[in-house]
Formats: sequence, structure tokens, C-alpha cells
Amino acid sequence: MDIFIDQFFNIDIMRKSLPLLFKGLWMTLQLCSAVILLGLIGGLFVALGNMSERRWLRWISIGYTDLFRALPPLVLLIFIYAGLPFAGINISPFAAVVIAFLLNNSSYYAEVYRAGLISVAKGQWEAAESTGLSPAQTLIHVVLPQAVRNVLPDLLSNTVEVVKLTSLASVISLSELLYNAGMARSVTYNASPLVLAALFYLVLLWPLVRLVSHFQRRLAA
Amino acid sequence: MANRPMLEIVSLEKRFGPNTILKKIDLKVTEGELVFVIGPSGSGKSTMLRCCNRLEEPTSGDIIVDGRNIMAGTRRDLDRMRLQIGMVFQGFHLYPHMSVLKNVTLAQRKALKRSKTEADARAMDMLEQVGMAHKADAYPGELSGGQQQRVAIARSLALDPKVMLFDEPTSALDPELVGSVLKVMKDLKSKGMTMVVVSHEMGFARETADRVIFMDGGVVVEQGTPDEIFGAPKAERTRAFLSRVSG
Repeated sequence: MDIFIDQFFNIDIMRKSLPLLFKGLWMTLQLCSAVILLGLIGGLFVALGNMSERRWLRWISIGYTDLFRALPPLVLLIFIYAGLPFAGINISPFAAVVIAFLLNNSSYYAEVYRAGLISVAKGQWEAAESTGLSPAQTLIHVVLPQAVRNVLPDLLSNTVEVVKLTSLASVISLSELLYNAGMARSVTYNASPLVLAALFYLVLLWPLVRLVSHFQRRLAA
Repeated sequence: MANRPMLEIVSLEKRFGPNTILKKIDLKVTEGELVFVIGPSGSGKSTMLRCCNRLEEPTSGDIIVDGRNIMAGTRRDLDRMRLQIGMVFQGFHLYPHMSVLKNVTLAQRKALKRSKTEADARAMDMLEQVGMAHKADAYPGELSGGQQQRVAIARSLALDPKVMLFDEPTSALDPELVGSVLKVMKDLKSKGMTMVVVSHEMGFARETADRVIFMDGGVVVEQGTPDEIFGAPKAERTRAFLSRVSG
């Protein structure tokens, strides 16, 4: 029992690794902000392309969502970070992670938006446009607020996935939360920093997961 | 100016694939006139109405509102011209995430660029006119169908349209709520609004319409005053339809 506590819940080691872990957490938060923000914006445009009346635009966006949902994000990440340099394209680890996960995640966001946009009755478009609103104004003021409300749990779920996904960045030695915890583990020969990192993820994500359930129940009611 | 044409439909044609829904329709509606359109389902009456503001894109033909052809020009021109053509739908289509007041001010603010004060004042006037001012802060989900439809009418009226199109405005309402909507439409007519109404409310047509149009198979079969159409229909198809709907 003592070994268990000493190996996983060693308070002393946890305290010592705290600064390093906070540094990693900060990096994780930066990654998440970039991927989530750009993903939410990019996903919307991809979804709109998906529903466009122009066939070529539809095809491009369907190809995009199919490709990047089918490709494993880790394969994408390693290709961008370690593959592209062979073509003379060098990308910083941070940018590589953002690009790889953005491609992956905007595809998922796009699918969620699409479901939301479809869920808004066609009559809403017609009513708004019959009052002289442009298609963009109709989208922004009438359709999108309803669409987002209808798929809020799915948008949030996807956001939770993004946060978890960023831990893969440790593979290319980007010093985010998991990578720094691994560093602390190898320096101290103790697993407590990993447990602490897991707690950080939990604190970050548990409220979000709760929120998803809350919205799901509210929508079902 | 009693005979000024407010809405002209000129050889309007609408095809869906191999099916011709509207076959070279011509119709002239003068200022202040109420034209009532009847016909069996699938006759093309709703499609004709929806072509008048290009919610349905005509295959060919012209739609002229107060002298201006809405088939010409850019998308922005169309948005601007739609402000002059109010439309009321069978399903109301109020915005469920906005209060009644916001429903009526949205297009005023965004399309007409009115100030908030001006739009709010105008909205309250219109809600007053349709008897819904007391519900300005309510949400559409809290209203009955008849109340929602009256708000929808106010939403259109707030933009000062020159023509109002009604697409079966009472068909989705419980019978006891129909009267309140028809009353608002009657008021509107008495104030001189030019109106085209697709509906099955024959009693309303007899009382209020200047002209009744019977459509079938994508053409105007017959038109005349309510007395002529309901009292002495000439065409066999009109007679058959009227005897069916009056049971």
C-alpha cells in the first residue's frame, strides 16, 4: 500500500512537478483555444459549402469532411510535422499540431453544424428572406442561432474531444500537459506527475461533460 | 389612381422537371384591390403566389411590382424589392428564438436600417393594429396559432409593403381562431392595402374580395366578382370545384 501511494500519489513529487505541469497546461490551453476557435469558424464554412447549391463547392466540402474524418489525426500530425520537411516545408511543432487537429476537427464540427442547419425548418429561411433580409443576414440572425441551439450538446462533445486530442501532441515533443508530465515522470522515476496531469484533464473536462448531459436533457424535455 | 396596377404577373411559367405547374399566367392587381385565388390542391395557386416574391424561381415571365420588374436586377435589388411585397405563410414561421417585438423589428433594423427607437415604435403600432401589442414581450411558443399569424402579419406590415400576399393564412388554425385573423385581413383591406389571398375561406371571399380567380391545372380558368364566381360560375371545372368544397 505504501508503495502504491509513494508511486502514484507522492505529494512531495507532485508539488515539485507542479511548475512544469502548469507550463504544460498553459500550452494545452493555447492549443485548445486555437483549434477550437478556428475549428468552429472553419467548420461552419465547410458546412455551408456542403449545403451549397453549387455542385463543385458541395463536392469539395464533402471530400474535405470525408477525408479528414477518415484519416487518423495522429497520422495527419506526423505527416505534417515529419513528412512535409521532405518537401522542404518546415513547420513549427505548435503550428503542425494546430493544422493537423484543425483539419480533423473542423470536419467533425462541419458535420454537427450541418445537422443543425438541416434541423431548422425551411420556412424560417423563406420568412426571413421574404422580409428583405439577405441570405447572410438570414443565416446570422435567424437560422444559425436556432441551429446552434439544436446541436449544442454535439458541439460541446466535439470540443471535449479536441481537448483530449491535444495530448497526442506529446508524440512530436510539444511541451503540452501530457508531455511535461512524462518529462517529470522520467526525471523523478515516479508516476505521480502523470496522475496529477490526469487530474488536470479531469478538472478541465468534467464540467464540460456535465454540461453536455445538462443540454441533452434540456433538449429532450 | 384607383386603377394603378400594383402587381402584374406577365406570362408566368413554372416548370419542375417535366411538369409544367404554371402555364403562361397573366394577372393584373390594381391598387387597393383584393384578389382571392381558389382552386384544387395542385392547381398551382400557391406556386403562383410564391413566384410573386421569387421564393419560387419562375421558369420564365415577369413579375412587376408598382412598375418595377423584380425579375430584373441583382440579388440585392431583389432583397430591396421584397420589402415592398409582404408575405404571410400557412405555417406563420415566426422566429422562435426571438420575442414578438424582435420578430417585428428584425427586418426593419437589418433590411430597412431603421433605428431601434423607430423600429420599436413602428412595431408597437403594427402589433396594436393586429391586437397583439399586449404580447410584445412573449415568445412565439407561448402564443396560439391565431396570435402567431397576427404577429406574422404585423411583421410584414411593419416594412410598409405595397402588396401583401397571403398563402393559406388560416389553413393551419383551429376553427375558433380563424375569425381573428380574417378580421385583421378585413381591416387591412379597408385601409386600402393591395392583397392577393390564396385561401379556402369562401365566406371571407364573398364578403371582402373584389375579384375571385379560379385556377386549375396551372391556368386561370375563370375570374370575376365573388357573385359571378360563386353565384353563376361559367366553366364546368369551376362548378365542379365549388360544389365539392361547399359539400
